[in-house]
Amino acid sequence: MNRIYIVTFAVFLLNAVCANSIAAEVIHQERSLYRNILVEDQGDLRCLKFNVKTSKSNQSCLYKSDPQHLVFNYTKLLFSGLLLIDDPKNILIIGLGGGTMSNTLHQIYPQSNITNVEIDPAVIKVARQYFGFFENQRVTSVVQDGRIFIKRAVLKKQQYDWIILDAFNGDYIPEHLLTQEFLQEAKSILTPNGILSANTFSVSSLYAHESATYKKVFGDFYNVRNNKNSNRIILTAKEKLPSSEVITERAKQLHNKLIPYYINLFEISKQMTSTSMNQDWPEKTKLLTDQFSPANLLNN
Amino acid sequence: MTDHQVQASWKNPFIYLLAFCSGFCIMGIELLGGRILAPFFGSSVHIWGSIITVFMLSLSFGYLAGGKLSTHNASLKRYGIIFLFAGITILPVAFWSTSIMEVIFVNVEDSRYGSLLASCALFFIPTIILGMISPYSVRLLVTDKDKSGQVAGKLYFVSTLGSALGTIITSFYFVLFFEVNNIIIVFSSVLAVLGVIAIVLNKSINPLSINTVGTVHE
Repeated sequence: MNRIYIVTFAVFLLNAVCANSIAAEVIHQERSLYRNILVEDQGDLRCLKFNVKTSKSNQSCLYKSDPQHLVFNYTKLLFSGLLLIDDPKNILIIGLGGGTMSNTLHQIYPQSNITNVEIDPAVIKVARQYFGFFENQRVTSVVQDGRIFIKRAVLKKQQYDWIILDAFNGDYIPEHLLTQEFLQEAKSILTPNGILSANTFSVSSLYAHESATYKKVFGDFYNVRNNKNSNRIILTAKEKLPSSEVITERAKQLHNKLIPYYINLFEISKQMTSTSMNQDWPEKTKLLTDQFSPANLLNN
Repeated sequence: MTDHQVQASWKNPFIYLLAFCSGFCIMGIELLGGRILAPFFGSSVHIWGSIITVFMLSLSFGYLAGGKLSTHNASLKRYGIIFLFAGITILPVAFWSTSIMEVIFVNVEDSRYGSLLASCALFFIPTIILGMISPYSVRLLVTDKDKSGQVAGKLYFVSTLGSALGTIITSFYFVLFFEVNNIIIVFSSVLAVLGVIAIVLNKSINPLSINTVGTVHE
């Protein structure tokens, strides 16, 4: 009897070891101006990784057999923006990753203009080559620092219905994309009904500073998160946030449209908490400004 | 002669202290340069390219100018004036950097040249003046030709140590507790105050004895 247990256990162990050591295969690796980029295949799963070979640094993943199927929770949570806005015509995405957001949004809204801004040309190349990131007349990508792109957009008086800020990875935070001045610039290029969602942090002392800064610029906002990871999505609007009735109504309308992407809007709408009900940071938290933004130090 | 020795007992350490502080401030300012330029020109590697280029270039001009200036009536007073000017010319970084960078941002599309121009506009002149300090310090410290190398070595040691500390303390701690502009203003005030102290101390020395020191080794 004991022997059977041991054999079973040994087989189990062997399986576990093999699954980890054989399955992950690096299919592309390059050192860009900003980071090391890795593309890794693990069975059906393909992942874009920055810097190191740990799953913590996963930037973007897709199932090769089912590219529509969104893998990451935070990517799904970013679609909570759709509960705040009808039919966004002009979408600005800061931080490309594997291009998942852009691809999915283009499928949902084929008539919308999507502008992707990514600082690292190598990331755009890898997204095209390995993650099926596609561009056409309506979907474009620009190699530029997000802050500069938005500052130029202010000068050119460009307007966007939805700005998606997805420029933070766990290793390094671009500190100039967290400040009050930056958020004001971003707010000023939103259309009157425009919204902004940011994929950002929910742990560390940066949480309070970031929350206080968003509240200062946009007023109350929604935090969207689930318990599974340390990401949170900040969801803000240029003018007034819609009531929870409107949000539930939108969730009903869009729910079926998003199921093919494994996005459950009902679920997501339940994970939204407004800071007007629950402000979970100290009142006197110092704002992040261009003068004071030690985001990387605060994130330790 | 006893007079000289009395002076030397505080004068040389005082000059080393000033050289240390200038080293500290130069690197502190250079480091904050990245922070100051980022809102307009991003945080890409070319930002540092621009900043370091401008600092190295203006330091090199400063060394040349400081060496030249030291050949003519070198005194603690003139040394102090260099510090005072350095302190004053840093102030625009704190007060007008946003408007200066706005003009450049609107007119120069390419953020590489934009950041280069902005670093020039903000840091070129104060860094030239700060660069003048090292050769001028050598001139004030050297009294014996045989020891000139040793004096220069000690001076570089002190000022580069200042630079190292200025870099680490600014980037690890100052930015965590203070606003960028306030740090710049403190650097500026420290330099200006040290300059004024040097000018005042110079008056307490018998001008003749300074001249004799000057003529001894010329």
